[in-house]
Amino acid sequence: MFLSMNWIGDFVDFSGLDKLQLIHQFSLSTAEVENEIFMKGSDIDGIVCAEIVSVEPHPESEKLHLLKVDCGEDAPVEVVCGAPNVKVGLKTAFAKVGARIGDITISARKLAGYVSNGMCCSEAEIGISDNNSGIMEITDDIANGTPLKEVYQIEDIIFEVDNKSLTNRPDLWGHYGIAREFAALAGRPLKEIPTAGLDIYESLPAVDMKIEDPLCYRYSCIQVDRISRNISPVNMRIRLYYCGMRAINFLADITNYIMLEMGQPMHAFDSRKVQKIRIKRFADDFQFQTLDKEIRNIDTDTLMICNDNTPVGIAGIMGGLDSEIVEDTSALTLESACFDPVSIRKSTVRLGHRTDASMRYEKSLDPEMTVTAIGRFLRLLLDNDPSAQVISSLTDEYVYKYPRVAFDFDRAFVDRYTGIYIDDTTILDTLTSLGFDVSLKDNVFSVKVPSWRATKDVTIKADIIEEITRIYGYDNFDIHTAQSPLYPVEISAEKNVENQIKDLLVKRFSLHEVHSYIWPYYDEFKMLGIEVEDNIGLVGSGVVIRRSIAPTQLCQINTNSAYAPDFGIFEIGRIADGVNAETNLVNEQKKLCITLFSKTKTAEQLYLSLRDIIAVMMDDIKHKAVTFEKKEATHSWQHPKNLNSILCDGKVIGEIGMPYPTISAKIDKKAVIVYAEMDVKDLAEIPSASIEYEEPAKYPGVEVDLTLRTSVFAPIAKAVQKVNSPLVKKLSLADIYDDETGRALTVRIAFSDNTRTLTREEVTSIVDEIVEELKKVNVFMK
Amino acid sequence: MFEKIDGLRADFEQKLKAASDARELENIRIEFLGKKGSVTDLLKGMKDLSVEEKKSFGQQVNDLKNEIGDAIAEKSACLAKAQLEREINSAPDIDLTAPAVLDRGSYHPITLVQRECEQVFRSMGFAVEDYSEIVTDYECFEALNIPKHHPARDMQDTYYLTNGQLLKSHTSAAQNAIYKKYRQALIEEGKPIKAVFPGRCFRNEATDACHENTFFQMEGVMVDKNINISNLIFFMKTMLSGVFKRDVKVRLRPGFFPFVEPGFELDISCLICGGDGCPSCKHSGWLELCPCGMIHPEVLKAGGIDPEEYTGFAFGLGLTRLAMMKYGIKDIRDLNSGNLKSLSQFTQDC
Repeated sequence: MFLSMNWIGDFVDFSGLDKLQLIHQFSLSTAEVENEIFMKGSDIDGIVCAEIVSVEPHPESEKLHLLKVDCGEDAPVEVVCGAPNVKVGLKTAFAKVGARIGDITISARKLAGYVSNGMCCSEAEIGISDNNSGIMEITDDIANGTPLKEVYQIEDIIFEVDNKSLTNRPDLWGHYGIAREFAALAGRPLKEIPTAGLDIYESLPAVDMKIEDPLCYRYSCIQVDRISRNISPVNMRIRLYYCGMRAINFLADITNYIMLEMGQPMHAFDSRKVQKIRIKRFADDFQFQTLDKEIRNIDTDTLMICNDNTPVGIAGIMGGLDSEIVEDTSALTLESACFDPVSIRKSTVRLGHRTDASMRYEKSLDPEMTVTAIGRFLRLLLDNDPSAQVISSLTDEYVYKYPRVAFDFDRAFVDRYTGIYIDDTTILDTLTSLGFDVSLKDNVFSVKVPSWRATKDVTIKADIIEEITRIYGYDNFDIHTAQSPLYPVEISAEKNVENQIKDLLVKRFSLHEVHSYIWPYYDEFKMLGIEVEDNIGLVGSGVVIRRSIAPTQLCQINTNSAYAPDFGIFEIGRIADGVNAETNLVNEQKKLCITLFSKTKTAEQLYLSLRDIIAVMMDDIKHKAVTFEKKEATHSWQHPKNLNSILCDGKVIGEIGMPYPTISAKIDKKAVIVYAEMDVKDLAEIPSASIEYEEPAKYPGVEVDLTLRTSVFAPIAKAVQKVNSPLVKKLSLADIYDDETGRALTVRIAFSDNTRTLTREEVTSIVDEIVEELKKVNVFMK
Repeated sequence: MFEKIDGLRADFEQKLKAASDARELENIRIEFLGKKGSVTDLLKGMKDLSVEEKKSFGQQVNDLKNEIGDAIAEKSACLAKAQLEREINSAPDIDLTAPAVLDRGSYHPITLVQRECEQVFRSMGFAVEDYSEIVTDYECFEALNIPKHHPARDMQDTYYLTNGQLLKSHTSAAQNAIYKKYRQALIEEGKPIKAVFPGRCFRNEATDACHENTFFQMEGVMVDKNINISNLIFFMKTMLSGVFKRDVKVRLRPGFFPFVEPGFELDISCLICGGDGCPSCKHSGWLELCPCGMIHPEVLKAGGIDPEEYTGFAFGLGLTRLAMMKYGIKDIRDLNSGNLKSLSQFTQDC
């Protein structure tokens, strides 16, 4: 919203004050002001009012005219002008030789063979409207030679406030409310809005009007006839233009002007079309043409202004085309109303049409102002068009009043909230200047909130703190730390584990952490042939929440398949495992997902390296071993073979596997991909084993290698376990042989004792026992 | 007899001179000083000499033996040195001018920024909490004093799920749970509530270089008796100075958020120009950084805390925005792209 300092200055005396400084203060105390401040009119100089005293056609140009212009000097000056609307007697804006318009300084110069001693200007040229169709036509009685800046408010300071910073302040949607803030900041009184008295029309007939729906809080209206003026006064037009609105005609301009001044939207109907105003909703949907000529669908929730049963306007949003003020309108019905803010907002959303009026209504406007706005309208109308005649009494139905808001608070409350001392007088003066009715008695402040702040904005004591402190100025606060006791900070196990996992995967295994979306990658899934699994979804869109991260990572692997011949990614992210039937809450789970990609390793090598990553991770974080158990595929994107559960302490904490071969092939036929997905909570909850320190062996140990015909290590481990010799310290896989007869594993068994050197005989006898055990399960030495 | 000694010496000197490696030298040692070597042989002929001669001869042979031993040791050292020099000279000359191979992983930039923030807050006694991404309407709105008809609750802005829950639209959705978790310790033991809770948030909007539907925030709260606006400004200034590792100026402007009263927009002095004005702060010298405020009494009440007895402040930091500011990331979508060309660049800095 653009704001004019001239306009604000109608209500606050700024004399002797730095206006830019006040705007800055306003930004810090009330609402954010955009950085760019416009110094309107500062770029023009030397423009005066001048009268055309003669018009001669240019001998060689059809467009150009040779004018003599009286610009208040001894003799008329000769000017060449190309505007179509030149005529004798027309007063216009004239840039004399030496005048400045933007970067141009006007000089006497030859135009098509004739010297032009200055320039007649359009309104656009001097920056007071966008009208560039001809030179400005001045109808006010102004002496020739009068600088225009002296008679019109061309010079102004315009600043912009972000609408978003005003959402909770319905009172700031017009200059008058803004002026109240400036008055408080400047410590100057706020002047009243000039209005016309309405009592004198009491004897006139009322307008036939009735509110038939509680969504209308208040409806005030009056009828006026014999309006003769069509074009608004120049100063009014300048203000509208500077504040971002186009002048339309006098009537429309006054309603817009009041909206920008008071924040009260108004609408003028042609009285011929509106004789029986009813405010209501309809039982069925229908179509309605608004004055912007759009045909809109109106549903049964949208409040309408009607002439009996014929809709003539969408309440609070836009009037109808059919009841618009037209050329031959002689009598108008003026609406100044207040509606349910939520209903207006929802209607604009449904209609997809937001207007300056609806934007204000949805902020919860003060219904108290509807009648004042009518008084203001009549004042502006009658001051500028004295022949206009009011032909009805003020007709006003006020069905919903916001409750009055009042409360008490004491000094301790202010001190406790602010942490600084703000004296009683400052509190009283600040609140009074903002329109609060406040008194202090026995250390208790009693506050009555003004109606324009009581529609939703100020409702509790804490709101008063804001009023006091923002005017006091946060920059003036003495700041200090809290007096709270200190306690050590607890760090959750899960948080710790997450940090450790990330460090390990990044620093030791050179993996890359990625983020992804919580829903499936629909397009990429389709491309790779990954089915989207049914799950809880978003309302309206059909989009579901993902059940695993791995399919997402397959898409990300696909994106990065040219990144490097070997790489791995991981993420700690969320998934949903359906909805708990009892609580109706989504089973959200936090998962760690790792995916490795390789063009240099075999599937087996890559799979084992991921196995080792997991084993190292669990050993590092929990000092525990993991085991693996074959499991059946539960998702169509999984490779049915080589899918294993990851177990720790006998509890399943995740799975390790490969993508279904067709998916893998689509990503890269020559590459292999493996993944693991683990539950972070389950993982974090596994208790860490403590480190059991063992003295380094003082006596040399013995290592024995056995090469066995088997492709599976587990039976060997089982056999060693069965023999259960305390001298066996470690069993490891030393080598793998593949030949035409199958696979053979070389295992290494380490023996030692901390009290003596072992004899060959005792080691051999243990080895023999192990070999015997292996024979029982058909594993033989090669 | 005595002339044999000189002959042997001459022979030795000649052979020693000719020796060029350790093996030859060892052969010479064996030839002269070995059990069956020439020097030992000399002594064998001694039996024919007189006692006097024996003494003199023995003395001379012994001298020769020592002489030879020393000469061999000297020559051996000399050869070893020459050998070492050869080894050193023949060692490969390794070229380090080619680029090193950086086989390293990377952290997501959000993780890095989040850790930095967490570290600062932890150092000031704030617990770091985690919260779910799918929350109830109550947690996200109701408990935060956001009325039923507030625009934030519209379908167009929030991702609602078919069971009535929603993807949390702000980290404030965790506030209620945090209050409930710590309220007992606050009320019974007088332990102030101090917590930050980073998390992923979701808003239903079209994505472009500046807008994402999935982004990270970090919220923080502090509740105790007598927490006030002055404390809020102090903590924000101190914490943000820690986050940005420099003394930042802060200023508050009124801002409206239903869950705080008074609510503020907090600006910090521009990190680029320090407040003088530059294009990145649109010449204002200030950057709008985070909303904050005194926790609304209704929000405390919903968390089971009596607002007449306790007050508190809350603030929200946009982690995604911080990461973009810190690393100069221009397109917000890079963060969720999974594209390693951009993401692999981020490593921890201390």
